[in-house]
Amino acid sequence: MSILEYNGSAIIAMIGKHCVAIASDKRLGIQAQTISTDFRKVFEVNSGLFLGLPGLATDVSTVERTLQYRLNLLQLRESRLLTPRSFMYMVSSLLYERRFGPYFVEPVIAGLDQESYQPFIATMDLIGCPMEKNDFVVSGTCSEQMYGMCESLWKPNLEPLELFEIISQALLNSVDRDALSGWGGIVHVVEKDRVTTKHLRARMD
Amino acid sequence: MSERYNFSITTFSPSGKLMQIEYALMAVEAGAPSVGIKASNGVVIAAEKKHKSILSDESSVSKVEPINNYTGFVYSGMGPDFRLLVSRARKIAEEYYLTYHEPIPTPRLVQQIGFSMQQYSHSRQVRPFGVSLLVAGWNQGRPYLFQCDPSGAYFPWKATALGKNYINGKTFLEKRYSDELELEDAIHNAILTLKESFDGKMTEYNIEIGISNKDGFRKLTPEEIKDYLSAIL
Repeated sequence: MSILEYNGSAIIAMIGKHCVAIASDKRLGIQAQTISTDFRKVFEVNSGLFLGLPGLATDVSTVERTLQYRLNLLQLRESRLLTPRSFMYMVSSLLYERRFGPYFVEPVIAGLDQESYQPFIATMDLIGCPMEKNDFVVSGTCSEQMYGMCESLWKPNLEPLELFEIISQALLNSVDRDALSGWGGIVHVVEKDRVTTKHLRARMD
Repeated sequence: MSERYNFSITTFSPSGKLMQIEYALMAVEAGAPSVGIKASNGVVIAAEKKHKSILSDESSVSKVEPINNYTGFVYSGMGPDFRLLVSRARKIAEEYYLTYHEPIPTPRLVQQIGFSMQQYSHSRQVRPFGVSLLVAGWNQGRPYLFQCDPSGAYFPWKATALGKNYINGKTFLEKRYSDELELEDAIHNAILTLKESFDGKMTEYNIEIGISNKDGFRKLTPEEIKDYLSAIL
């Protein structure tokens, strides 16, 4: 089994009309044994900018803290907010710095540009090869299921409420077909002037 | 009195000055004039490039240097010191681009170059840089003009002059400057400011001009400079 699947996780990000959403499960396990059902793997690193880190839980914390540290220093020094795309390259360069001893995370980035309010989503592999999309991105232990759900449910120009519904259904129905992820979910919907966070109840088995 | 405080660049004189920095500023003031003007739609930097001898090959000397696609430097003071700062700035700009895939914001570049220059005002076995820089940049839809001194201090300007006769140059700019200035007029004014203190005939080969606007930074070719000069003369 890959070390990326040791703790189990599932994260989806989707683009809607002038909005983005990011959803993750809440499980932390050690292989088949569940340890926690409120493990955080999506972080708001900036207002309206979210970073999802599926993968090895220990690296989730390290990468999140390192990135938050670098981002805070940069934003203080330049007294401006970084754009989501620049943040993606920042994550990418952090991961590639560890090219031959990587952090075992495959990040998902979702956010609204704070100036143009353009939605942005992206994902990358564990050594930081970035991929920008304009529909949806998935990452985690049940990526095949998530791809299937997203491909059948997603359509362009979703309003925030529809987007919430679709991303939630995609997540819940994917994790039900995966033993390593699930046990509740959390969804953030980012709009121009607000972020809505909702917790999902799911099958606990 | 001041000789006692010349042993080390890090020893303050009783009046609170670091003499080596004062001397570095004098090297700048003795250097060839340079000028920078910020316009509403761009920035211009220009410098005088006088040759000691008619035998020297002017194409080998360059005072206006591009740092990245949007930023350029010019200086007054010591040429070799300038080249070191240019290569450092290019490296800083390139490293920033490598990490964020976004051109370095001009204030950030100036901040880092200023930091580098400050280090040379309190480190062992080095002397401060004998140059003041003028930095022209275009970033996030607006122009920037900065001056960076040997002490590491930096200032944003609307327009300024450095080097020999800089006081006259500044007085001239104060009369000429307005906030609505366009880049074309700014180039004219930059040439006129250099002309204030220019000995002999100004040609397209003994001045250099760089501009930065939404299309990026570039040096004007001698042919373009010739056109501007013929409009003035």
